[in-house]
Amino acid sequence: MTANTTEKTAVQTKPGSQIIVDTLLEHGVEVLFGYLGGVVLPLFDKLYDSPIRVVIPRHEQGGCHMADAYARSTGKVGVVIATSGPGATNLTTGLATAMMDSVPLVALTGQVRTELIGNDAFQEADTTGITRPITKHNVIVKNPNELAQTIREAFFIASTGRPGPVLIDIPVDMQIAQVPVTPPQPIELPGYRIRERGHARQITAAAEAINSSQRPVLYVGGGVISGNASEPLRKLAKKANIPVTMTLMGLGAFDQNDPLSLNMLGMHGAAYANFAVQNCDLLVCVGARFDDRVTGKLKAFAPHARVIHIDLDPSSISKNVPADIPVVGNARHVLTEMLELVEYKERKEWFDQIAEWKKRHPLRYDQNAKTIKPQYVIEELWKQTQGQAIITTGVGQHQMWTAQFYRFNRPRQFITSGGLGTMGFGLPAAIGAQIANPDTLVIDIDGDSSFNMTLTELSTAVMYELPVKVCLINNGYMGMVRQWQELFYGKRYSCSSLKSPDFARLAEAFGAVGLRAEKKEDVPAVIKAMLAEKRPCVADFRVDPEENVWPMVPAGKSLHEMDGLDIFEMA
Amino acid sequence: MKHILSALVQNKPGVLAHVAGMFAARAFNIDSLAVGRTDDPSLSRMTIVVIGDDRVVEQVRKQLAKIVTVVKVQDFAGMDVVARDLMLISVACPPEKRPEILALVEMFQGKVVDIGSKFVMVEVAGPENKIEAFIEACRPYGIKNLVRTGTVAMARQPRTAVVESEEGK
Repeated sequence: MTANTTEKTAVQTKPGSQIIVDTLLEHGVEVLFGYLGGVVLPLFDKLYDSPIRVVIPRHEQGGCHMADAYARSTGKVGVVIATSGPGATNLTTGLATAMMDSVPLVALTGQVRTELIGNDAFQEADTTGITRPITKHNVIVKNPNELAQTIREAFFIASTGRPGPVLIDIPVDMQIAQVPVTPPQPIELPGYRIRERGHARQITAAAEAINSSQRPVLYVGGGVISGNASEPLRKLAKKANIPVTMTLMGLGAFDQNDPLSLNMLGMHGAAYANFAVQNCDLLVCVGARFDDRVTGKLKAFAPHARVIHIDLDPSSISKNVPADIPVVGNARHVLTEMLELVEYKERKEWFDQIAEWKKRHPLRYDQNAKTIKPQYVIEELWKQTQGQAIITTGVGQHQMWTAQFYRFNRPRQFITSGGLGTMGFGLPAAIGAQIANPDTLVIDIDGDSSFNMTLTELSTAVMYELPVKVCLINNGYMGMVRQWQELFYGKRYSCSSLKSPDFARLAEAFGAVGLRAEKKEDVPAVIKAMLAEKRPCVADFRVDPEENVWPMVPAGKSLHEMDGLDIFEMA
Repeated sequence: MKHILSALVQNKPGVLAHVAGMFAARAFNIDSLAVGRTDDPSLSRMTIVVIGDDRVVEQVRKQLAKIVTVVKVQDFAGMDVVARDLMLISVACPPEKRPEILALVEMFQGKVVDIGSKFVMVEVAGPENKIEAFIEACRPYGIKNLVRTGTVAMARQPRTAVVESEEGK
């Protein structure tokens, strides 16, 4: 099936693969992450001559996480390419990760020739069928003349509204076909409407509720970061004098060094954040979605609060917690407009109460322990980097300790898989973030089990001479799983310990630098050495194997019913 | 409670799979689903009957509207709508029972569309409760085969209001 090439008219034609590259360039794509395969050969042949930098991961999942972190750390659309069949199925974890955390991605997958589709051809998979629930939108191109416009629509859909991954499946014959070059058409998506501006009456109602509130709390999520709303958020919190707590995805949306910061809430959040939410009379949710890890037992969540919910996605509103004042709109627009309407209130009683909670229940750990406490490594890292590094993580205990002990001060600084909880996200994410931010220090704070899943990408870091650092919190366990087994399964550590390689020597074998700290007193020097290193570097911290993340709201309990508060009760 | 949702969708491959997949993934129950083209060849109409409380159905409506290829969604709840099902039913009908059964068909304003020595095929259209009643009426004679479309529905003019805004109520 080839396109009609009408020789008599003077319409210029190009192969579909060239059209794809041209359309990517039209969208300002400078870097993409892609892995070769049979049915994307025409596309890679054209990329060979293009100004686009192609980064080859070692596994398509890694490539997708790289594109994801590239997008999260810049706000631009990340682009990833994979071949058909296994290439596409390897993307799925990355796509689902991006979908859950609303990250703008465009994924291009090769597909077998259109005439072979449905024949169980070599490396054929129903890519659009498989990825439908884990993409914001996906489409298979069956007419080469629609290639360019489909890509334009994909960028538009991925980056507008609540962002998300869009996948385009491109049969190899579409890439080979000669396609007439036509000027861009306006994007017409009749079912796709975004309400950027909030309803004026709702905004006024929200501002009035804030002005009359005695005990308000701002509860903000990733929507503030993806919506570039940190600045209006800061101004609003200051002007109206409201404490701010953040979800895992929201960390960095508000400077954690600010006295108004309550840090993270939820299952492993700060006790004072959870107490504030449980006692507030007004909960102002911005760009968050009342996830179960945030709310604990839903029925007992924020029992005294009226709820304002500001979100771009109407389906997030009143999904889990009914909103008293829903505002559908972009956080930046809505907060900027609300800023005009709110008034400063002292709320002395409320802030005194919060100060008391902060004093009684700070986030802390046993600083006098003889072993290396994981929290100590992260706190020391925070100090030595002046809190300025871009941090990525895997998933588990180390991720929660990072959220607790690295104080983030700016948006797009903390890159973690929040919704899907994808172990192995950390290293490829660090690579993607480093490529997007070549002059910024990028550190993957990882766990040994998470790191084991995707450490093959060290090879990518070495190949592209990326100075990424892996700060390995190595406890020899799937730590969070072990913690749950300790607490809820009678310390029966079924299948949760791993025999890991010697990570420092493994790093050396990859051509990276390997460091190790086995004693507490070695930690500062090893961190210093790691930060001084210009090559990719893995620093293996042999931490206390049975340290737990505290505090903790056990699953099904209400937010204020935290365990672990008395473990280090201050005298 | 039963809600009838009417969704205008792009007439493209994969849209039905997307809608059906969303229902399954979010554990919403579809009572019936009817799909057909509209006067505009680029658009199809899906009429979806959903059982759930108002909050669940509101979430269904929002999730439907979120699908890029879904153009518009209306919830007919509380509206004056005409809702119809179509059924073909084959009923055991020995010659001695014919007068009885034909009288029944007439009572329900059905139509005999095929007749054999032992069976009669009847077409019945109407609101769902009428269809159900006809099935019950036929049951004593013996039902050989039965096929139903899902409900299709249209609001009576001019009170059709597009349910689009969940705010500013």
